[in-house]
Amino acid sequence: MDRHRSLAFHGGALALLFLLQFVLPPYHHTNFTSIMVLATYGIGYNILIGYTGLLSLGHAMFFAAGLYAAGLTVHYFNIDPISAFILGAAAALAFATAVGLVALRTTGVSFMIVTMMFAQACFLLILYFNQVTRGDEGLVLSGAARQIGGLSLTNPTFRYNLALALFTGALVLCYILIRSRVGRVLVAIRENEERVKMLGYHTFRYKLLALALSGLLSGAAGASYALMFGYVGATFASIEYSIFALLWVLLGGAGTVLGPIIGALLMFYLVEWTSEVTQSYRIVVGAALVLLTLFFPKGILGTLREKRLRWLP
Amino acid sequence: MSLGPHLLLALMEGTVAAFVLALTALGLTLVFGVMRIVNVAHGEFFMLGAVFAWAFAHLVGNPALGFLVAVIASPIVVGGAALVIDRAILRRFNYQPEATIVATIGLLYIIQQLVLIFYGPDARSVEAPINFRVQLPWFGYSGYKLVVAGIAALLLLATWYGIAKTKLGLVMRATQFDSETAQAFGIPVDRVYAAVFALGAMLAAIAGVLIVPIKQAYYLMGLDPLLLSFIVVIIGGLGSLRGAIIAAFVIGISDGVISVFFSPNLSKILATLLVALVLIFRPEGLFGGKAR
Repeated sequence: MDRHRSLAFHGGALALLFLLQFVLPPYHHTNFTSIMVLATYGIGYNILIGYTGLLSLGHAMFFAAGLYAAGLTVHYFNIDPISAFILGAAAALAFATAVGLVALRTTGVSFMIVTMMFAQACFLLILYFNQVTRGDEGLVLSGAARQIGGLSLTNPTFRYNLALALFTGALVLCYILIRSRVGRVLVAIRENEERVKMLGYHTFRYKLLALALSGLLSGAAGASYALMFGYVGATFASIEYSIFALLWVLLGGAGTVLGPIIGALLMFYLVEWTSEVTQSYRIVVGAALVLLTLFFPKGILGTLREKRLRWLP
Repeated sequence: MSLGPHLLLALMEGTVAAFVLALTALGLTLVFGVMRIVNVAHGEFFMLGAVFAWAFAHLVGNPALGFLVAVIASPIVVGGAALVIDRAILRRFNYQPEATIVATIGLLYIIQQLVLIFYGPDARSVEAPINFRVQLPWFGYSGYKLVVAGIAALLLLATWYGIAKTKLGLVMRATQFDSETAQAFGIPVDRVYAAVFALGAMLAAIAGVLIVPIKQAYYLMGLDPLLLSFIVVIIGGLGSLRGAIIAAFVIGISDGVISVFFSPNLSKILATLLVALVLIFRPEGLFGGKAR
């Protein structure tokens, strides 16, 4: 019964996203496309923080790994978008695994510090090789290079549905993962790692797997972002982008499948609305983080699950 | 300049930077050591110290007097702000580590925005309180930078003395060792936490005051000292005071030399690689004990 409810809930959300494209005005249509890509990044981040309980502050490096791997190869070697996407996702997967082998040797808050540090080193590397990457200014990918089978990625409808497909893929992967045996081990690690070790699980391997999957989804989102919007720049690798992922996930509800998109959607429009009025998005982001920890630590869906929808995964 | 004097200059620059870094990192590691929390807004306390130094110097007018006022008043103001943050936010969720990280990230943004509103987006410099140059055979060196190293050294010694030799330090160490037992023996753990958090913030603020005649005060200047402090505390071992100071000198001096000869960005990238190496061979840091 609960299983059906939860399937209907998530299927309904996806159907709603599909139907929205017919009613949204062009401006919000583009916003929703980008929100779905960013929410995919959020889902990747959520696998690590929400289900495995590892707080990373450097996920922008995985997003940027996908973004740059896809963007640079399209720009310099003119490869087709599908190969570029696969390359971007694979690059992020390999990179996340490598980072995990080193960073997961630390425990607790050191993991946060180390991931933040590595991400900053990546950001500086992008600036350091600015002859290739054009640093802060970034690269614009030409529309001609972004064609899949005769359809251009600049076409809004095509782009919207590709973003929806990407988001659906991430959502399904996350859903299957947490319903699986592996997913339950990850949640157990979040709750009490020592006890899981005592039961004979090699927790390091599980944490590495979670980080690799999380990096894969973040990188897939980064690669899609580069290909769909045709821009690759160092800002996407900055600490700010790691913090955004944290904020979306906490606001939507850490450890809930749909939390990241709810958080990304709300923050996107909140930041945009305040930018129009005051130009001070920092105070909104800052206040949101402080208020969430003080009064709303479980986020929107987390609170709903506690109060009503016990079956929500 | 030939290579020898150039290297000497780089070493001197690096040493001065290392003293400032040691102060900043000491604040961070002290807070972690006693309270088991990481303050992500630590760099913003550094920035606030610098910004208030500019404000006090501006109010007073005379550079030397302004500096004296700033070096005393800035840390007090910043320490006060830290006390408010401790009471209003951190204590409410009982210093839970993850919540503290998230809340201090939020504070980082709030502090930056407030400085942007009241101080503006410009980088502003403060005149050095003293104006003599030490004339070496190859180049003249700013006397003020030597003063910075001197003051920082004094403060490091004072902090060490305070922790190792005074009653207050004993209370702090007892709280660090086992806060529940300390509480049972009548130590006001809450107040110790508040004092340590304020002390950590004040150390960063003094570092900010000292740096502002050398570098300009700017609302985004807190990120670099935060990341360098992070590198330092991970290499030295999180919570280890001795490790933080030794690592601050290793990182500070090599940062100075590599920045002069190559580029500041390259030096930070290399420092991060060093962190990776340390983690591979000694995950708890060079001077960190095993977690209890």
